[in-house]
Parts: sequence; C-alpha cells; structure tokens
Amino acid sequence: MSDSQITVATSVHEEVRNPALLHHFATEQQQRDASSLGMWIFLGTEVMFFGGLFCAYLIYRLWYFGDFAAAAQTLNSWLGMTNTIVLICSSLTVVFAVYAAQHGKRTMLLASLALTLLFGLAFLGIKGMEYREKFENHHVPGASFSFVKTVPGHPDEMANPRHAEIYFALYFIMTGLHALHMIVGIGIFIWLLTMAWKGRLTPEYNTPMEIGGLYWHFVDIIWIYLFPLLYLIDLHK
Amino acid sequence: MTTDTKIEHSSSLGTYVLIWALLIIGTIATVVAAHIDLGPFNAAVALAIASTKALLVALFFMHIKGAHERLLKLVVVTTIFFLIILMALSMADYGTRYWS
Repeated sequence: MSDSQITVATSVHEEVRNPALLHHFATEQQQRDASSLGMWIFLGTEVMFFGGLFCAYLIYRLWYFGDFAAAAQTLNSWLGMTNTIVLICSSLTVVFAVYAAQHGKRTMLLASLALTLLFGLAFLGIKGMEYREKFENHHVPGASFSFVKTVPGHPDEMANPRHAEIYFALYFIMTGLHALHMIVGIGIFIWLLTMAWKGRLTPEYNTPMEIGGLYWHFVDIIWIYLFPLLYLIDLHK
Repeated sequence: MTTDTKIEHSSSLGTYVLIWALLIIGTIATVVAAHIDLGPFNAAVALAIASTKALLVALFFMHIKGAHERLLKLVVVTTIFFLIILMALSMADYGTRYWS
C-alpha cells in the first residue's frame, strides 16, 4: 500500500466514513482483503483436514483395490451423480447471490440464497436416502456388518468383508464429515438470508456473503473429489 | 490497488453460467469414463477430471482469477504444496511396502 493512499484514507476518515469500515482498517479494500485472506487460511486448514482422510483412503484403496471396488459398486452412482449436479447448481446460485449483493439487487439476492438452501437440503435428503439403504443392507461398519460379494472382474473370488468394512468406514467418515459441513453451510446461508432480508448486505458491505460463498464452494470442491473416488471404482468390470 | 472498490473481482453472469455448464459436462464425462475400460488409467482420468472441475470452481466461482491480493494466491499455493507433501511422502512409504 502506498503512503498517499493512507493519507487519503485518513484525511476523509471523519467525514465520509463507511459505517461498516472498522477503525483499525485504512480502507474498505484493506478490510475486505483481510477477511478473505483469513477465510482462505481457514480453508487451507480444512484442505489438510480432509487431506488426511483422502490419504488414508488412497492407501487402503491401493492395498485392497478389489475389495474396495466390490464395496464401491454397492453404491448407487446415479444418486451420487445427481447429488454432484445438485451441488454444482447450488454453487451457481451462490455466485449469483454474491453478484447480486455486490450490485445491490435485492430480489435476485434473496432468490439465489433461497435456491441455494433448497439445493443444500436436496443434497442432504438424497444423502439420507443413501445412508438408509446402507443400514438396511447391513453395510454400516460395526457388529451387524455383513458383506457378501465377489471382486469385480473375478467371479470366483469373494471380497474380504474386513477390507470392505474399511471402505464403508471411510465412506461414512468422509461423506459424514462432508454432510456436517453442508449442515453448517445451510446454517450460514439461513443467517445470510436473514441479513439480506433486513437489507444489511449492500454493495458497500457484503463481506459475509463473499466469505460464506467461499465456504460453500469449498464444500462443493470436496464433493467433486469424493464422488469419483467413492462411487466410480472399476464400474466397467 | 484498484480504484473500483465495489465490484473489483466479479465476473459477468454469462461467465458463471458457462463455468456451470462445463462443470455439468465434467460430471457426466467422469461417469461415462468410469464405464469404459481404460486399464490402469481409469483412476488417473477420474482424478484429472475432478481436478479440472475443482480448478474451475476455485478460479471463477471463488474468484482466484482476477484476485489482486497476492498473499491470497500464496496461501492457495502453500496449501496445495503441503497437500502434495502429505500425499507423496505417504504413498512413497505405503505404496511401495509390498515391492520385493
């Protein structure tokens, strides 16, 4: 930042100050940059958090590939694809909401936020249906777990149920943690919707919308990786 | 720094719809690719498509493209760098244990 800019900012400080500008920031731009930088650092920690799980998944998949393929093929890949499309559509409505907040388009903002919530709930509903099926088929790791299936491509070789159980444990931890992030995201978007309803997201101050949007897109990116890794192993066999 | 402080890094709505369409096509492509036997390359193709989609979301929806804050890009690059260290070193160990 140049010195002249600080001088300008302080000289206009008292008269034409944006009420949303906190006193320890020189300009609105600086305040916005600080918020989004903080969010990106948080997302960095989230990447490492999920990264550990993806790493565990990759190791076991490498070791027990046939068993993982057998377990993955009990999943309904069409439901998984539908959920991917639902999340991509929700990401589109989120960028529309950010755009609407930046341009002061109230109706578009409220509609985009409501649609995002709807897509988020649809995702969780479909996920719930899938979880229910896992419970019905005894594919939930634990005392009542049972798995009888051959390894794809090897009709005479039974998959090891212990290894399939590891797949399902990783499936539930990873999709469960992702679903938890979705639930938190829905909470954030309900809050954004009330803020937008009260007219508190304006072209001058819409940082919560921008930051909330970053979070939603991040959760979408996690699913973009989860879908092919969990649902689409060796489907051609 | 820019003088246009209000809408400094928002693309047009048309761009967003185009990226959305590409993401949908990518999703269908990854399902189609999973049904074709590519030998050892099935996983590589799936991960390549997923990474392309993630890149599109990060660049256009999360506004990395056009972000004027260099510190932000540094955070993203650092994150990917450490993720690669985590994956590569773990796989160098676990992936090669049964080689003999």
